[in-house]
Amino acid sequence: MKSVILKTATRLMIGLMLVFAVYVFLRGHHEPGGGFSAALLAGTAFSLLAITNGTDHVRKAIRIRPSIMALSGLALAAGAGLPALFFGKPFLTGIWWQTETFAAGTPLLFDSGVFLAVLGAILSILLALEEN
Amino acid sequence: MRIKLPDTEAVPDCCRKGLYSCLLPSGLFALLCLAWPRVVNGDVFTVQWAWVPSLDLNLVFRLDGLSLLFGLIITMTGFFVTVYASSYMAGHPQTGRFFVFLHAFMIAMLGIVFADNLLLMFICWEATTILSFLLIGFDHGKSEARENARQALLVTGAGGLFLLMGILLLKSAGFSMTLSALSESADVIRNHVLYPAVFICFIVGAMTKSGQVPFHFWLPNAMSAPTPISAFLHAATMVKAGIYLLMRLHPVLGGTTLWMSTLVLVGGATALWGAIQALGPCDLKRILAYTTLMALGILTLFLGGQTVLSLTAATTFFMVHALYKAALFLAVGSIDHATGTRDLNHLGGLATRMPLTALAVAGATLSMAGFPLFFGFIGKEIMYAGSLAEEMFPLFATGITLSANALMTAVAAIILLTPFAGTLPIHLKNTCETPWTMRIGPAFMGLLGVVFGIMPEWVSENLIQPAVFAFHPDREEIRLFLFHGINLPLVLSIITLTSGAVIYWQKIRMRRGIRFLTDHLWVTTPGLYQSGLTRFLTTAATVTRILQNGSLSSYMSVIVFTLVLLTGSVWLPHAADIVSIPAVTGPYIAMGLFVFVLGAAAVVVTARHRLAAIGGLGGVGGGVALIFLVFGAPDIALTQLLVETLTLIFVSLILLRLPPMEPIIKPGATSRARTLRNAILSISAGLAVFTLISGVVSNPLDRSLTTFFETHSYLSAHGRNIVNVILVDFRSLDTLGEICVIVLAAWAGVHLIRRPFSQRKAL
Repeated sequence: MKSVILKTATRLMIGLMLVFAVYVFLRGHHEPGGGFSAALLAGTAFSLLAITNGTDHVRKAIRIRPSIMALSGLALAAGAGLPALFFGKPFLTGIWWQTETFAAGTPLLFDSGVFLAVLGAILSILLALEEN
Repeated sequence: MRIKLPDTEAVPDCCRKGLYSCLLPSGLFALLCLAWPRVVNGDVFTVQWAWVPSLDLNLVFRLDGLSLLFGLIITMTGFFVTVYASSYMAGHPQTGRFFVFLHAFMIAMLGIVFADNLLLMFICWEATTILSFLLIGFDHGKSEARENARQALLVTGAGGLFLLMGILLLKSAGFSMTLSALSESADVIRNHVLYPAVFICFIVGAMTKSGQVPFHFWLPNAMSAPTPISAFLHAATMVKAGIYLLMRLHPVLGGTTLWMSTLVLVGGATALWGAIQALGPCDLKRILAYTTLMALGILTLFLGGQTVLSLTAATTFFMVHALYKAALFLAVGSIDHATGTRDLNHLGGLATRMPLTALAVAGATLSMAGFPLFFGFIGKEIMYAGSLAEEMFPLFATGITLSANALMTAVAAIILLTPFAGTLPIHLKNTCETPWTMRIGPAFMGLLGVVFGIMPEWVSENLIQPAVFAFHPDREEIRLFLFHGINLPLVLSIITLTSGAVIYWQKIRMRRGIRFLTDHLWVTTPGLYQSGLTRFLTTAATVTRILQNGSLSSYMSVIVFTLVLLTGSVWLPHAADIVSIPAVTGPYIAMGLFVFVLGAAAVVVTARHRLAAIGGLGGVGGGVALIFLVFGAPDIALTQLLVETLTLIFVSLILLRLPPMEPIIKPGATSRARTLRNAILSISAGLAVFTLISGVVSNPLDRSLTTFFETHSYLSAHGRNIVNVILVDFRSLDTLGEICVIVLAAWAGVHLIRRPFSQRKAL
């Protein structure tokens, strides 16, 4: 699409949108947000980029193929369930590492997996639509 | 000068795979032998691992007398078949695949006989179905092999579904999936209202697998498998799985009038029909297939009995049959391999050319015919004793056994005498023995038939008695003797041998009669199968044409119509229970949003341009998201808004590819009737959902789950956002499944969108 305004705006917006996606992703455990919403946001950002600057830009920006991204997301999410097995707990039980003020655990990994899988799925459809 | 004979003894290179893979069955056999003495003493080995405990699906394996007997036969036959196949299949391009299938099949079969959990048994059962499909269709270049493999898969697979139903019904009647636990509550199950249904499901499963009339037709057709496979399928495995199932269920379901009469009648019909048909064909393998039918029928008939005698008869005959049938199949394969034909009309006088094979066949057929000193004789004696002791229709059972045995004697004579006696046809002058690998199996099993015949007491003590005790509560001592004294079974035995000789003498006339019968029988089940299959496929094609017609709007109508029909028909009778439609309360802004959504929906319905319709849809989605937000569900609102945005972008991308904007409704393009239909569908869907939701909210809400998550979300999962905690922690397995679906859907979508291969870029 040859709209200078949209193109310029996109250049400014996309960084903000991606940062916002990271923010939404990280706050997900306590406030509305999480991997799925963040993936939708990032997907929207990349669709804007694809519409204004073409799909090659998107490919360059994400570096890996969307299908690989989606599959590695699945692998990451499934892999996040494995540590529980070492502790003799059922698959996908959350394993936490915590201090007094901070806690991190396998659910965060799982959520990243969700993020990658959904973003990969959105991007592969988006690129297929744009390039057809 | 010495003429150098072709070096048939040398083992060709490519059969090493087979010889190495013999280690698997022989190792398993050795393991079973280690446990053998303790099983004979009455010990039962059980191992158990949890698999999916919530579904009552656990890896419970149990080794008792019955599974030991089956296990020994399966591994022993498996060993000889593997040795045999290493030469038989030598030179075949796909020997690796063959041995993998063969051994996978053997392991699945062992799984059936060792499983104590019914669901586990079902899984192994279906594994044998699928593997037998692969094995029967092993020569997939031939359309006949493919067709027969498909037939076997359809028949036994459909039976497998019945079996699954039976297992689930049995669980609701007996509250367990474990066979050993079920047999303790057998009385409750037999008097349960579900008993007939359970029985029918199980019996259909067993009948299809074991080729009982009227599901018998797939079994002779399964002969398109390579001969070692036929030997394995028929002697020890696959078709015996149904028999094994009946034995295992005996303590749980057996003993009722329904059980006894069905088994005796079905088994009797199968035995007689199989035995009669066995006289017909000229192909040796086909003859053997029909004799298997007869054996399976007899086994079923005896399992209908309730006395120790008839069950002993079943178990003994099972062993007799496994030994002689495997030996005969392998020997027939040898004949085929050496001469290139299995047709009786082209064979004769082979005894001089293939002496060891001839001896093996002699041992096996004499056992099959039931000559004294052979194991088959003992089997036959106990069969007559057993059939006379049947509780239902003893005369019918004895008559069937007598005639089937007489026919078997004649068939045994045909198998032995036609190819091996007489003069050698000219084209067989150069025939010589097959390699040792192909002789050792038939020879050993033929020999066993004699050894077991001479020492029946050892067999009954170490093999048969533990097996029968495993599925029969009465601990009456079982002893087999070579000579019982002059009694009724002996007289019947003599009658069998004489009438068998008479039938053999009249075989040409008999054969003509049987051919006439099978050709002119008005309705034969293979015909029924064929027409049923054709009809099934036409129906499927019609249904596909109606449902999958490529029009999105008709897909939607079908989905909505089903929703209205199913939910509506279930829910509407209860609609009167709605206590009161709760008053609509909420901030005024929610009312405003509600009106906005209604307006947007009206825009969608009346829009005459695509863009307007899509804008309207976006309005509906956004409005609903805002309503979520107002009522305190920010998570859902966020997701809904983002999805709406993304959908809008995607749709506009698609629209850019479509031809220039045109009014979507041209005058006259859509008929009034269609609009009316759509309107009725959407309004009724709306009404159904509305009444459902008012039904839900008019009752007090069960908040126990909410309370649970509220208390545990932060303590166990360190998160204050319950929705996210549920998604990534409490129900993460569901989420994992959902993202799999998303990725799969995207994958499918991408391939639908993309142009053909030539225009593809890397994804």
